[in-house]
Amino acid sequence: MTARIAYADVEAGTELPAAAFPVTRATLVRYAGASGDFNPIHWNERFARDVGLPDVIAHGMFTMAEAARVLTDWTGDPAAVVEYGVRFTRPVVVPDDDTGALIEVTGKVAAKLDDEARTVRVDLTAHSAGQKVLGMARAVVRLA
Amino acid sequence: MPLDQSFAGRSYPPTEPYEVGREKIREFAEAIGDANPAYTDPEAAARLGHPDVIAPPTFVFAITYKAAGQVIRDPALGLDYSRVVHGDQRFAYTRPVRAGDLLSVTSTIESVRSMAGNEVIDVRGEVHDEKGEHVVTAFTKLVARKQEDAPGTEGER
Repeated sequence: MTARIAYADVEAGTELPAAAFPVTRATLVRYAGASGDFNPIHWNERFARDVGLPDVIAHGMFTMAEAARVLTDWTGDPAAVVEYGVRFTRPVVVPDDDTGALIEVTGKVAAKLDDEARTVRVDLTAHSAGQKVLGMARAVVRLA
Repeated sequence: MPLDQSFAGRSYPPTEPYEVGREKIREFAEAIGDANPAYTDPEAAARLGHPDVIAPPTFVFAITYKAAGQVIRDPALGLDYSRVVHGDQRFAYTRPVRAGDLLSVTSTIESVRSMAGNEVIDVRGEVHDEKGEHVVTAFTKLVARKQEDAPGTEGER
């Protein structure tokens, strides 16, 4: 076991360090290339508006990846994540400026699941521009 | 027209193996801005007990989503791909994806439902390595929105 957080040291309610992740149009172009998701709603404002969106939006999987960083930064070893799921509730709208948007993520231990396997359930929240962008964001994490 | 619910339970043949490269993992880690050395430095990964660099937890989606395309584009299913948005995503890991893996995906339609005029399809993608050992399962909920609705957060790729 290589997670740096010990199962014995957490309890239900333990908060993970919160983090905020900036996202600009350049971030989305880079993510599109790395992930292979070239849907124009993630880089072309004209296209996004044509299909009824307020502006270019971040890839849902990008937001999911950022939210996971609160888990992996906490445990040190990304392999400690045993299960991870989210619902895509609202898009992260990314304006065409130098600031872009901010994805704000918090996490807290919701329950200790299994003393032997040293697993806990972590509930995550992700907000952007004051809106909740992920629903039911939950993970099972194996601790040291 | 509602989709044919008899597609529930249908499995598709395993995909051709995808070879996971160190530089592809690095590119993905940089794209999400994550400097965790387990993604880029084999020695750092080794200190955590991994035989090579590992991929961030959501990396595998690019592979499983492509595999789910077999389902999405199955003409017999008749899904209107232009109306498909990504509803939910969940992963269950046996181990992390790592450089050198040869991964293939077996996709299964778990359920097909109509809800308030939307078609909701759950696809399970089982990812196995070259030895046939389980790596991760991806559970993807796709929603084909009814015609009059504007698209949601995610769309076709």
